[in-house]
Amino acid sequence: MAAAQSWSIYDRRLAWALAAPAAILLAVLLVAPVLMMAVYTFYTFVTAGVESATLTLDNWKEFLTDSYYHGFLWKTMRVGAITAIVSAVLGYFPAYFIWATTFRHKWLLLLLLIVPFWISFTIRTFSWIHILGEQGLINVTLLKLGVIDQPLTMLYTEGAVIMGLTHFLLPYMILNVYVSLESIDRTLISAAQSMGCTSAQAFREVTLPLSLPGLAAGLLLCFVLAAGSYVTPQLLGSGRDALFGNLIYDTIMGELNWPMGATLSIVLFVVLGFFAAIYTRYMGMSQIVKGLGG
Amino acid sequence: MTAPRDREGRLAWRLTGFVTLCVYIFMFAPILATVILSFNASMFGGFPMTGFSLQWYGKLLANEQVLTAFRTSLWIAVVTAIVTTAIGLVTAFALVRFEFPGKQVLGTLVILPALVPETILGVGLLVLIKAVDQPRTMVLLILGHILLALPYVVLIAQARMVGIRRVYEEAALSLGASRRQTFGEVTLPLLLPAVVAGALLAFTISFDNTSASLFWRPAGVETMPTQILSMLKISISPEINALGTVMVVVTVGIPLIGGLILQGLTRLRRRNEPKEEV
Repeated sequence: MAAAQSWSIYDRRLAWALAAPAAILLAVLLVAPVLMMAVYTFYTFVTAGVESATLTLDNWKEFLTDSYYHGFLWKTMRVGAITAIVSAVLGYFPAYFIWATTFRHKWLLLLLLIVPFWISFTIRTFSWIHILGEQGLINVTLLKLGVIDQPLTMLYTEGAVIMGLTHFLLPYMILNVYVSLESIDRTLISAAQSMGCTSAQAFREVTLPLSLPGLAAGLLLCFVLAAGSYVTPQLLGSGRDALFGNLIYDTIMGELNWPMGATLSIVLFVVLGFFAAIYTRYMGMSQIVKGLGG
Repeated sequence: MTAPRDREGRLAWRLTGFVTLCVYIFMFAPILATVILSFNASMFGGFPMTGFSLQWYGKLLANEQVLTAFRTSLWIAVVTAIVTTAIGLVTAFALVRFEFPGKQVLGTLVILPALVPETILGVGLLVLIKAVDQPRTMVLLILGHILLALPYVVLIAQARMVGIRRVYEEAALSLGASRRQTFGEVTLPLLLPAVVAGALLAFTISFDNTSASLFWRPAGVETMPTQILSMLKISISPEINALGTVMVVVTVGIPLIGGLILQGLTRLRRRNEPKEEV
């Protein structure tokens, strides 16, 4: 790199010194814990809160043979996938609208997408109880109108969990798609239309394919964050709707079975890492970075 | 953007607008319901409204547990914001302006805390602490929050730093400024918007963090979100609605005010500077 050469006033030692705090922080708080967890999966569970460093494969055997765990994993993947797809379908419209609109106060629409990030996630989630619950807006209105004479059961179902997760993840999806749309050269679309494309064709042949990187990044992000969630199933789901994150929490904080908790964490880490790896293999990291950085 | 000319296109455009409106309603209706219900006179936390009342706010102000949790969260968030912004800035500076071995690895690692589920990060740190036989302390909780906020601060600072041309720094250096002076007098002021944005985001991330805090908090300590969670386990009381409303006002208000101050600052500076554009 030619620029790097003329830039030798910034030497390597200084770079290391600047990067050191973050490097140490990540090594101690991210890398070391994951490694330690991997080691813990081979520890022997003695009794609640106590384990011995005798190495064993029991935790892995238990995980691999017990269908209880497989059920949780499958349900978590399913909920994650449904949430990601619903978010993609719902999120594409606003992203496209904000990108294409000639509305003068476009910034306001974008700001409104950022505002949810500022509002406590717990509050955003429990607010759904006011909409879906027996005392919620929908049931109270329908009862008053006489459409139903018994409150509908909407809260504490898997549907409510997926809805809560979609509510939480939509801004991520919309921003990712929007960033991708913004990078499209708009003359391409005019060109397609002047060559005789209808606007539907222009969208299908030009806009949609070019926005796929953002859509893919959004799908990955929504899937990973939904599959790792803990609070949403806790607040909006019944006991049957618990996801893998809840299982991990209960195993560690409830049963105090640390080796099994570590095993389950590593399983989730590897499974989600697998999807992220497939994604980066084809798309690279840059799109995710753009989407997160807003 | 030219409006779609054909019939099909106009129809699709109208549909897009309609869905967009629905999505915005979807995003804000629940929060609005909470805010409205916080003024409900009823004893119960749900609909219907039975009258206007501020009593739940009064109750909230008298709730010692809530106030303690609020103070705890506040100072954790302030410390997190300051430390994360400092670390994030120098990290972004290193990643954008330097070439060094391990840069790729660091660049990837630094984003990971935003992608790895909090449950995993939470368990991992606890396992590490347990393995070296250390208790859970406030320091651990704050370090954890710094880890969670770091990716966002680095990404924001990086994005801004890429946009600052090196010639400014090179000019200062060639005119005899030291590296530190260059950073302090040239780079940092140009980075100011990213500094403020990063600090605010770090504050919000820390103030809002729930899942990981459930793992990391020392025994007996409640942060604001964990306090809300434990209150929710009992019932949806109108007091929680009032608490939620206060939180929304604080966490939305602070960034908005910050943004306005920033806008005012840049406008002021522009006015005081001689015109330099060609």
